[in-house]
Amino acid sequence: MAEQQQDTGATAQAAPATPTVIADDLHIVYRVYGGGGKGSATAALNRIIRRKPGGSVREVHAVKGVTFTAYRGEAIGLIGSNGSGKSTLLRAIAGLLPAERGKVYTDGQPSLLGVNAALMNDLTGEKNVVLGGLAMGMSRDQVRERYQGIVDFSGINEKGDFISLPMRTYSSGMAARLRFSIAAAKDHDVLMIDEALATGDRKFQKRSEARIRELRKEAGTVFLVSHNNKSIRDTCDRVLWLEKGELLMDGPTDEVIKAYEKESGK
Amino acid sequence: MSTVSETTHDGAVAMSAPPSPDEGLTPAQLAQKYGLSQSGARPGLFEYVRQLWDRRHFIAAFSSAKLTAQYSQAKLGQVWQVATPLLNALVYYFIFGLLMGGRGSMSNDVYIPFLVTGVFVFTFTQSSAMAGVRAISGNLGLVRALHFPRASLPISFALQQLQQLLFSMIVLVIVLLGFGHYPSMSWLLVFPTLVLQYVFNTGLAMIMARAGAKTPDLAQLLPFIMRTWMYASGVMYNLTEQLRNKHAAEWLINLLASNPASVYIDLMRYSLLGHGFNHADLPPHVWALALGWALLVGALGFVYFWKAEERYGRG
Repeated sequence: MAEQQQDTGATAQAAPATPTVIADDLHIVYRVYGGGGKGSATAALNRIIRRKPGGSVREVHAVKGVTFTAYRGEAIGLIGSNGSGKSTLLRAIAGLLPAERGKVYTDGQPSLLGVNAALMNDLTGEKNVVLGGLAMGMSRDQVRERYQGIVDFSGINEKGDFISLPMRTYSSGMAARLRFSIAAAKDHDVLMIDEALATGDRKFQKRSEARIRELRKEAGTVFLVSHNNKSIRDTCDRVLWLEKGELLMDGPTDEVIKAYEKESGK
Repeated sequence: MSTVSETTHDGAVAMSAPPSPDEGLTPAQLAQKYGLSQSGARPGLFEYVRQLWDRRHFIAAFSSAKLTAQYSQAKLGQVWQVATPLLNALVYYFIFGLLMGGRGSMSNDVYIPFLVTGVFVFTFTQSSAMAGVRAISGNLGLVRALHFPRASLPISFALQQLQQLLFSMIVLVIVLLGFGHYPSMSWLLVFPTLVLQYVFNTGLAMIMARAGAKTPDLAQLLPFIMRTWMYASGVMYNLTEQLRNKHAAEWLINLLASNPASVYIDLMRYSLLGHGFNHADLPPHVWALALGWALLVGALGFVYFWKAEERYGRG
């Protein structure tokens, strides 16, 4: 408890600090079926007969006791090597992954920038814009209102009427652009971006970076996961460094990134 | 926790900062002070219903999108919505109608509509259960990426099956007309029957969705359970008549005739077949049974599903 109090006290120095996200000793555990052990049917039967239920279930402890407080107006970067638990932490903050132990408190509904999962490749771009918008919680009127904006932003129709074709016919770049445009069409209280910046061609990247800056202004707090230290430096004023699911460091961008680069041997 | 680097680092900053009034509060107290709510906590039952109502457009759009996507790679496209049940009916006609002749005391012009009604109505319940069991486990990506009341998924899948059934009903009407069953007032009974069956199916899909989220193996087991249920519900024969011929106990006959699938199938047959399927063929208190099953399974399924709301998505 002692270090948690110190932690909240330390970050509270950011002027009229209103907390928007509080993580309190957060643990996330994934259960993976069918991992480990021999994969054959006889091995599985053997396990059932011997009554070892844990045989084919493996637990992955992805986030181990993370505690921090985020304040209104902050842009927080998350860094760490692959598999260090960054994306998992974001999903837990969004309330999408249930916590094993500990709690996350948030102001309003944090949202993850991403609608990929709601879209269907067999549907036309048009229908996907509507479906994606509704999936993010927009009303029918809001979707209708923003429809043209989304299509124009994605630039799908620059080379002809592609929006009325099924999404499976799009090139991977076109599909990524449409997905980003749909996801970025909504305003958010607490916004989380998971390495979404590097999609599309150069022109589109510029446009999407501008849009993210806009979203940052509207949102209370922004979290950004990235392996690109430069984009973290450009956008964030505070950085959390995760390693093996533990919070290794929490502080101003320059200090943490310097330590991170030293550690990763650059 | 690696608190060492954290505290030394933060301690340095804290010294230069003026003492904050929030210092000394635990995270839980701090959250309470600023009115922060717990992320991913399960909302109350009424709040949950309200959230679902807010998502009604998504539920409708998702189910029709799934339905459209089903045949979008086929050249004939949406024609298959009607062609699939039509071909199904044709196969049953060849096998049970032409090859084996009419069953029991029924002539062909009663038996074929009787059979097709049974198959379509049972398929509605069957595919709702099958879609329900994969509603969460098959859409983990969606559950882990976006925020919405999870009950949207099983409800939406059951709605997709209802839309599918409405296409099948077009075929059913053609079959009925073909065998000389013309529209009458009793056809109106189709609507309350469908509503009740939809509520029942949605409840069933929600029960299956929670069970399937916890135990994905259920998806492998379910087809066998459903097939057993089909034979116990008199889809292809008149159950009561067959059991009476075998001198089964009366309580067993009543029990099997009161099972929900059988109740909805019989009601639909009674509504559509007119002279071929009389009131005498219905089990006693059939409307009460239909309503009771719908309310019981609908409410039970909803509460059962909601109870685990915050746990969906752990895979």
